[in-house]
Amino acid sequence: MNRKSEILIALAGNPNSGKTSIFNGLTGSHQKVANFPGVTVEKRVGQKNRDGYHITFVDLPGTYSLTAYSLDEKIARDFIVNESPDLIINVIDSGNLERSLYLTMQLMEMGVDIVIDLNMWDEASEAGIEIDTAKMSKLLGAPIVKTIGNRAQGLNSLMNAAIALYEDRHDAHRHPPVSYGSQLDDIVTSLTDSVKACPMNCRGCRNARWMAIKLLEGDIEIARQCMTDNEASAKLREKLDESVDHLRATTDQDPEIVITEGRYGYVAGIVREVMKRPKVDRMRQSNLVDNFLTHKILGYPVFILLIWLIFQATFKMGHYPMEWIDTAVAIIQDGVTSALPAGVFTDLVVDGIIGGVGSVIIFLPNIVILFLGIALLEDSGYMARAAFLMDRLMHYMGLQGKSFIPMIMGFGCTVPAIMSTRTLESQRDRILTILLLPFMSCSARLPVYILFAGAFFGKSAGNVIFSIYILGIIVAVIVGQLFKNTILRSEDIPFVMELPPYRWPTGRSVLIHMWERTKIYLRKMGGVILIASIILWFLGYFPKRSEYTQDYDAQIVQLSQMDTEKAADRISELEGLKAAEDLEYTMIGRLSVVVGPAVSPLGFNWQMGVSLLTGFVAKEVVISSMGVLYQLGADQDEQSDNLVAVLKDPKSGVTPLSAYAFMVFILLYTPCIVAVIAIKREAGAKWMWFSIFFQTILAWVAAFIVFQGGSILGL
Amino acid sequence: MAARVGLDQLKPGQKGRIVRVGGYGAIRRRLYDLGLHNGEIVEMIKMAPLKDPLEISFGNGHVSIRRSEAALVTIELMAD
Repeated sequence: MNRKSEILIALAGNPNSGKTSIFNGLTGSHQKVANFPGVTVEKRVGQKNRDGYHITFVDLPGTYSLTAYSLDEKIARDFIVNESPDLIINVIDSGNLERSLYLTMQLMEMGVDIVIDLNMWDEASEAGIEIDTAKMSKLLGAPIVKTIGNRAQGLNSLMNAAIALYEDRHDAHRHPPVSYGSQLDDIVTSLTDSVKACPMNCRGCRNARWMAIKLLEGDIEIARQCMTDNEASAKLREKLDESVDHLRATTDQDPEIVITEGRYGYVAGIVREVMKRPKVDRMRQSNLVDNFLTHKILGYPVFILLIWLIFQATFKMGHYPMEWIDTAVAIIQDGVTSALPAGVFTDLVVDGIIGGVGSVIIFLPNIVILFLGIALLEDSGYMARAAFLMDRLMHYMGLQGKSFIPMIMGFGCTVPAIMSTRTLESQRDRILTILLLPFMSCSARLPVYILFAGAFFGKSAGNVIFSIYILGIIVAVIVGQLFKNTILRSEDIPFVMELPPYRWPTGRSVLIHMWERTKIYLRKMGGVILIASIILWFLGYFPKRSEYTQDYDAQIVQLSQMDTEKAADRISELEGLKAAEDLEYTMIGRLSVVVGPAVSPLGFNWQMGVSLLTGFVAKEVVISSMGVLYQLGADQDEQSDNLVAVLKDPKSGVTPLSAYAFMVFILLYTPCIVAVIAIKREAGAKWMWFSIFFQTILAWVAAFIVFQGGSILGL
Repeated sequence: MAARVGLDQLKPGQKGRIVRVGGYGAIRRRLYDLGLHNGEIVEMIKMAPLKDPLEISFGNGHVSIRRSEAALVTIELMAD
């Protein structure tokens, strides 16, 4: 027979089974990360050439089961049904055989060839657990290999076993059908015959027994696929109803539960046969550490300290490489400017492309350090404890404990925070966290607060800024409650989370984790942001003004011949006026005509309106564009006395009240274009648009209430 | 006969055998899939500092579960 040289292998297993380290070990660096069709659940694919085969590995989402209730489980089983992998490597935590084998049973039900990987073998042996692998292999009808994934041990044997199983795939020694006890077995067998006889030739029918089991369980997905045509499936439906009624009558339970209990019964039988374990809880060694880390009183301070350390590392340590990158980008820009002839093309390359790429790379140090910290928390098992500690509090926002880490990171920078939501398993939690994250005021917004609070609130500026941060949290709680009871209500999967034993993270897996995230950031974000920044550059550059209200260039040339201080001042003033006229003339500038009336009910002048518009690019731009608009030049920052003076000047029309409304607007509207792209990447385009519109409308309404409400109260 | 209570009623260190898993649909199935099935012996390990969620142990692993969901699981108290 002609040997097919392509092998498709899927990795399945529980969360915390060490599946990812096995995947990394098997595929090395030949990996790519995509999404499963139609969803934003990560699909990791790796390649390997071996023994003349080209092997493709797909890492399925870590699951405990294969029901239609959860997205991850549905993805895993749809992959098995639709892509029919040649075999599955089922990664099992050797120290937790019962729960792991429950998933194995469901894989066996699907009739796929399985290699069982008893992973974390070292931990199990240390805990005194003995497993008779020969017997287990016979009972399950599947080859068994022992591995230690995080030390890359046993991977060679695992690969050999997989290839051997593939080559022997036509042999009859497949695994026996899962038995649920004789009564249920009979029902399943006879229903299987009905499925086979059913004229509806749906895709899952390649495995009629699995189909029968799923129908009995009342699986909505399978029922939908299988029973679309009422007439054709009438007989099957009748048979199914009869079986379900019979089961209900004899067991007084839902068939779903009878089958589940059947699986556990079968698993218990196997475990009894093959495993010996001492009566000590393997968690005991962890207990001392755990008592400290989740202590009634010490738990929170320790947690806050750890988060604070990561936060500091991310933003303080990240600050230095960020400056180097900033300097490097500036040097390259200068180099290119002097190398190329002045003109539109050079401006595009320097400001649009290099500036755009620079704006992405500048976040790289933050991302790398943050993900290093998160990888350490996850691999050590502490992340689950942090979620355990924070769950009650996060529940107020409709979130669960694990969302706390992204939320706290959001005070630094929204972009890495959005990316860190990948640690949440449920899609719904991820989306809700992403939608609430921007309300955690990121560090780029702080300079705007400092400028306005400093200018208008004098000594109480600190308190005013603090109140803005608190307002962000309050808004997040309210919006969280709102979303949880409206648009994100659907999935009511309970928060049940495994607390894995504490482990020393291995450098290898931490580094792989970190590098993967970084790669995603560079590749996916880089491309889109580059395009976005080029478009924005066009909007802010064109159309070019050729006629000005006065001949600036001639005046500047004339003045530059006089070498006095007064002349120099006049030159910078003229340059500022010219830049302001340029900006006014561009497409962004023309928007001010629209923006002005839109923001005047909020007490903002048109300069504030346009700077808010440029603030969509990044909050750092708000102050510099105000500088341009107030004809002070772009090199304004929050300490610039000029800008403070201009704002405080009664002619500007800005009052303490409108300044506060402006800060509220800055807090609540879309953080920046990079964050927007990150939202698209992590939650999809639909949620990106939702987030943009929702936040901007919310910001407008809130600023309106502050300004108009305050005016009525006479503030 | 031993007393039957909700899993959420256990005090840290107490053990019980599961006699019924209530709730319905996704919630019940999820509890089952994680290993909370009839006959399984569970031990209450501790409560989070704010009394919710709970840490329980069964099989050979520890799991965090919210009070409201633990209440769906009926257990038969076991003597120490």
